[in-house]
Amino acid sequence: MNHTADLTEYLLRLGDDALVAAQRVSEWIASAPEMEEDMALANIALDQLGAARLLLSYAGELMTEAGQAPPAAGDGPVTEDTLAYLRDDREFRNCLLVELPNGDFAVTMAKMLFFSAYQRLLYERLANSTDERLAGIASKACKEAAYHLDHSAQWTIRLGDGTEESHRRMQAAVDEIWPYTHELFLADELTGRLAEAGVAVDPAALREAWLATVEPVLTEATLQRPADGWRPAGGRTGLHTEHLSYLLGEMQVLHRAHPGASW
Amino acid sequence: MIAMSEIANPTAAGAAARTPRDAVAAVVDPELRVVTIEDLGILREVREDPGTGRVTVTITPTYTGCPAMDVIRADIRAALAAVGRTDVEIVTAISPPWTTDWITEAGRAKLAEAGISPPGPARRTGPVPLTLTVRCPHCGSAETEEVSRFGSTACKALWRCRSCQEPFEHVKAL
Repeated sequence: MNHTADLTEYLLRLGDDALVAAQRVSEWIASAPEMEEDMALANIALDQLGAARLLLSYAGELMTEAGQAPPAAGDGPVTEDTLAYLRDDREFRNCLLVELPNGDFAVTMAKMLFFSAYQRLLYERLANSTDERLAGIASKACKEAAYHLDHSAQWTIRLGDGTEESHRRMQAAVDEIWPYTHELFLADELTGRLAEAGVAVDPAALREAWLATVEPVLTEATLQRPADGWRPAGGRTGLHTEHLSYLLGEMQVLHRAHPGASW
Repeated sequence: MIAMSEIANPTAAGAAARTPRDAVAAVVDPELRVVTIEDLGILREVREDPGTGRVTVTITPTYTGCPAMDVIRADIRAALAAVGRTDVEIVTAISPPWTTDWITEAGRAKLAEAGISPPGPARRTGPVPLTLTVRCPHCGSAETEEVSRFGSTACKALWRCRSCQEPFEHVKAL
């Protein structure tokens, strides 16, 4: 298997995770429970977008060199914008968790807790990748993920160990999102080849450390850690929930209506 | 102090007196107007090619998504143009990643004077540490509390002083 093609695909997975998370979290802006939270969520979305831009730009350069462009993109170079705005849902490689609707505030915090705990561990290890450019992006993003984790852990504890109603909602959120965390740790042939080359991290190897991160938070929040059962997956091969298409519809509409528009 | 000749003809005087490095180092951060990009540690290097005269400026973002970067790039070009340098390349390096430890002592003093509490030492690994004391930049009291971890820009948190009741911003350690 061609190493560049593998790396490109891996960068799309990482970049699409960050991009879709950014778009979803930014939906809260001006609707969060308090103004400070509007700003916090805007900051977190911006961090994710920053990492997405670096990762997708890198993927785009590799695709341009290899002469492969998304079908809708035409002949020009593949850029972060081409990848964000001109791919359809089946071409996105993000995990299902990040595309799920925001739900109530507890669901958003459960998603962020589980996802940022994963991203922090992943980026921490990717900072030692043999691919220097990826290592640089990861070491930068790792510091930011630590703040996202801290923020969502604080809210999880505050809501879980709060009122009867906030506890009920936080538990329901954790129960709803938990099944989608399994996909984060799914290894496949691609991650196997890249991990062997020292470029990627074996996702399965992260789960133990991830559990050691999130379980104490759930305990402190007086929440039950859900049992492992249903394990929905498919995002890494482009098989998404229906929610992604709506998200992309909103994210892409301007660019598709006015190609190349800028301001 | 500014010499009278510079006031009379700032462009000519500046062009003669200032190196490209000086010009770039004086660029003010667009979101923290009291400090320069050098004070903040955003400016990493200014290199001149002795043959072609091309100036290469290396900068690093505080946060990956920092929206001020485009403005900073434009301001660097404008500052260099003012000293007669137009062949300019601006490189954005993300590795090694920016840390608040790169904010200079002068930068910290300027932040504090403007009512923005400067960061403590950054951690190397592990979880976000508990900040023991953040002093109120207005009255100096240690009786302060965090209102929100995230402030008006990616690099700042919102705090409040329990002694003088004033809100203030704190550059969070990264």
